[in-house]
Amino acid sequence: MLEIRDLHATITDAEGRSLEILRGIDLAVPDGEVHAIMGPNGAGKSTLAHVLSGRDFYQVTAGSAVLDGVDLLAMAPEQRAAAGLFLAFQYPVELPGVGNAHFLRTALNAQRRARDLPEIDAVQFLKLARAEIKRLAMPEDMLKRQVNVGFSGGEKKRNEVLQMGLLRPRLAVLDETDSGLDIDALRIVAEGVNALRGPQFSALVITHYQRLLDYIVPDRVHVLAAGRIVRSGGPELARQLEVEGYAAIEQAA
Amino acid sequence: MVAASGTGFALPPAASAAARAAAAHFQRLGLPTPRAEAWKYTNLRGLGAVDFAPAAPSSAPLPDLPVLASLPGLPRLVFVNGHHRPDLSNVAPGPAGPGAPALARPERDAFAALNTMFATPSPIVVPPGHDAGTVLRLSLTLAGSDPIAAHPRQSLTLGAGARLTLLDVSAGTGAYLHNEVLEIALGAGAHLTHLRLQEGSAAAFAITTLYADLAEGAGYDALSFTLGAALSRTEAHVALSGAKARFTFDAAQALTAHQHGDITTVLAHDAPQGRSRQTIRNVLAQSARGVFQGRIDVARAAQKTDGYQMNHALLLSANAEIDSKPELRINADDVKCSHGATVGELDADQIFYLRSRGIPEPEARAMLIRGFLAEPLAAIAEAPIRAVFDDALARALTGLTA
Ligand SMILES: Nc1ncnc2c1ncn2[C@@H]1O[C@H](COP(=O)(O)OP(=O)(O)O)[C@@H](O)[C@H]1O
Ligand SMILES: [Mg+2]
Repeated sequence: MLEIRDLHATITDAEGRSLEILRGIDLAVPDGEVHAIMGPNGAGKSTLAHVLSGRDFYQVTAGSAVLDGVDLLAMAPEQRAAAGLFLAFQYPVELPGVGNAHFLRTALNAQRRARDLPEIDAVQFLKLARAEIKRLAMPEDMLKRQVNVGFSGGEKKRNEVLQMGLLRPRLAVLDETDSGLDIDALRIVAEGVNALRGPQFSALVITHYQRLLDYIVPDRVHVLAAGRIVRSGGPELARQLEVEGYAAIEQAA
Repeated sequence: MVAASGTGFALPPAASAAARAAAAHFQRLGLPTPRAEAWKYTNLRGLGAVDFAPAAPSSAPLPDLPVLASLPGLPRLVFVNGHHRPDLSNVAPGPAGPGAPALARPERDAFAALNTMFATPSPIVVPPGHDAGTVLRLSLTLAGSDPIAAHPRQSLTLGAGARLTLLDVSAGTGAYLHNEVLEIALGAGAHLTHLRLQEGSAAAFAITTLYADLAEGAGYDALSFTLGAALSRTEAHVALSGAKARFTFDAAQALTAHQHGDITTVLAHDAPQGRSRQTIRNVLAQSARGVFQGRIDVARAAQKTDGYQMNHALLLSANAEIDSKPELRINADDVKCSHGATVGELDADQIFYLRSRGIPEPEARAMLIRGFLAEPLAAIAEAPIRAVFDDALARALTGLTA
């Protein structure tokens, strides 16, 4: 269960001024549920995702974020990951010279170590990774390539979903994982998420478009505008937004 | 000019005429000082202060070297303290004599003069059209309690169309000067892949002066990793004398504490349609200092030369320093030549990406540093050889991130 209470976060701009981006977020995602966050560009969706995973570029000035009873904000990013949090980046980062297989196995074993589980050897890992790759209909050479280097936009997003599948988080935050995907890739990504659904998994699916939510049907939909959740509802809210646009909601906020 | 004070630099008793001539050059040149333009950033005061004894032939057994364990099957040529060790080698250098290239410039370069005073030539000749596969050259300097100076000298002659991959490893223990000279002559259409790994001891001075001459259509691909030594300098003089010769140079140095690493290249594009690609990668921790000086001379005749030179530096501490000095002298009009340099710290987005996957920060940093250095290793086709460099990088990284 993720519980966010009155979360405020700021960034410091080039002139050293502090700008408040998150202006009091309240949100709870119970175990086993998938919630969608929608909202206009610049609303603070990616900021929320990064604040939850501990990017120190943002300063949390008030509020709390608790996962399964532990205070996320008190932990280093790697501890949050070990606690079960996973962020699929809107813009996955390229790591020149770092092999994808080495990266994935290092991540998996770092988390296992943190949880006092035995490490997975190279052979076992390859077996796991190959199965996951097959499930996501990804080319096998994805493992041999350097992390995200020379990947197309869609391949980068699928590589995020591959990581999620291997790391099996308690809570996944997917930041516009659908953008830049064609319909087939979108379906594969959605299946990747749906396959993890169960009582031990919950997700925050950030998206700009209702389209993804046809494949990952959310339990709740929240609208984030100007740093606050301004509206929440069932899956029908996404469809309503698609028709009416965000303007009406922003005015209402 | 400061003349070398140590007895180590006195001419050996049974010196040849060439050695005596070289001694005269060295006497005149002395150890270079920062007043010489080519040595502006590398100060040899520390080296000049050490009294090096000439390295005697050693019959010591080989130390446990990972490179020997991982590549047991390779033909190998082993030198200890600059002397060939037939008992440890299964390849013998060819006979000295005419035919070996005389590319070194002892009258101009002090370290080549010093090398010529002491060195025994060790020629390798690959006949025209022959593919000699991969050969390991291992040059070890094993100092006891006193500092020693070793002066290995290697010449490589590849006949027209010949091919060779040379895995060139130097390492050592204790305090020493490893002053090597490499002379490389590539015939028309010949190809040399030169994979160098320098892992000198923490108290070593490692100076390599390399001279290469490329005939028409010859290709020289050099990878050069400097991971050790208190002070190192790789100085490469490469002449693309035949048309359509190609040279690539991927050099990397990972330095920490007070290590000083200097990579200096002087390229002579003397003929048309030559192509050169130089990429230097420096990782500098603590108070380490890296130097790259890259000179490219393009002669009037060398039309359609395509030259590229890039120096990347990753500075891991505020006390680390990089000096970068490109120098293009272009005398032809239809030429493409570019150079550049980047200096920076590790990328915060990359560190965060790794940490968000559960990888602790020190490990994340080490992965990124390794990635930065390892990029050129992907081009090594043979997995066991790549592993030699991977292992060496892993050892260097423990030093860098300590
Ligand atoms: N790294 C950053 N540098 C500068 N401004 C930023 C940065 N991250 C976010 N912002 C600002 O914060 C606001 C929210 O951005 P973001 O969280 O990316 O919005 P969303 O993901 O909803 O489109 C925007 O006004 C954006 O300009
Ligand atoms: Mg965003």
